[in-house]
Amino acid sequence: MLCGFRPRHRELTRMYIDPHVHMVSRTTDDYQRMALAGCVAITEPAFWAGYDRSCAQGFVDYFRQLTETEPKRAAQFGISHHTWLCINPKESEDIGLAREVLAEIPRFLECPSVLGIGEIGLNKNSRNELVVLEEHIALAKARNLLILVHTPHLEDKLKGTRLILDAIRHHGVEPGRVLIDHVEEHTVRMVLDRGFWAGMTLYPDTKCTPQRATDIFEMHGTDRIWINSAADWGISDPLAVPKCRDEMRRRGHLADIIRKVSFENPKTFLSQSANFRLRTPAH
Amino acid sequence: MSIPLRAEQVADLAFLEHRAKVVDIAAFLDRFDRAALAEGIASSATTDDVRIRALCAALDLLRDGHAERARRVLELWSDHSLEPIAHAHTKGAVGAVRLPPSAP
Repeated sequence: MLCGFRPRHRELTRMYIDPHVHMVSRTTDDYQRMALAGCVAITEPAFWAGYDRSCAQGFVDYFRQLTETEPKRAAQFGISHHTWLCINPKESEDIGLAREVLAEIPRFLECPSVLGIGEIGLNKNSRNELVVLEEHIALAKARNLLILVHTPHLEDKLKGTRLILDAIRHHGVEPGRVLIDHVEEHTVRMVLDRGFWAGMTLYPDTKCTPQRATDIFEMHGTDRIWINSAADWGISDPLAVPKCRDEMRRRGHLADIIRKVSFENPKTFLSQSANFRLRTPAH
Repeated sequence: MSIPLRAEQVADLAFLEHRAKVVDIAAFLDRFDRAALAEGIASSATTDDVRIRALCAALDLLRDGHAERARRVLELWSDHSLEPIAHAHTKGAVGAVRLPPSAP
């Protein structure tokens, strides 16, 4: 829901949402630059910190950072901050630890900025990762939560995407309430054809460039698909979404189409959660 | 949603960028070969390195004249097995699977 003032036309056309960005790894300067570029909302999935946490309490502290600290940092720049909770697939090989973390999640689901479960998924497509993925899906289904899915990297993506889609279908989750992220040319069609939402991640070297993301829009359409930066502690770009908008503009795509993929589509998907709110800065 | 550009405009917008990328790949293979020669091991043409073999196979695919090269390159480099692996012994991915001898 859009509350507050009526923005001017120019601001409306600049507004965008980055629906997948790891701000715990970014500086406050990045929030400032994103706001200047037109970012009005972000959503931040729980992810791997670059090292394995030693115990469930490490995740509890992280969930507090996501639900308490980051919304305050974002609000300083007029950006709405929402989050997704889980134990990520890179730390899911240890099923015992994963179940301890899963047991901590329900109390955080009461926080007003939590949208659902994510970014769950697979990393190396192992049996234990799949078990933990299925337990997350069951939790989301039991509470009617949105799901944001990480698909594996590089050579593991095609196989992992197939396993993930099958697991979600097996649990009977409505595909329209699931976003399958990090799609590329070889996975986007199967995701859209099965009724899921698709996310394209604009990330150097290992995911999409703004040029390839724009190609994918041209080849597969702009329904049920969004773009995100997934900026994190690696070499990545918190301004990747406006850079993709610029690529679309350079090719001559209409402002309405650019706004659809960078603002309206994420707003439509995320608004399926009653917790999703947009904040816009006062003049 | 179709591409709003004419073919010549596509080239105008991005030729130099992709020209540079092709030269980068050429220089990368040259660099690999110089290092391999110094070590006395196989060059990029005959190496057993999974990554270099995958890269060279993809270069062949680019010139086959068929559409959807990006999708087909990614599929060429992908693991096509169907069953989960027993255990994840590492977190990272290499970038390509070992290609069969019949790969392009």
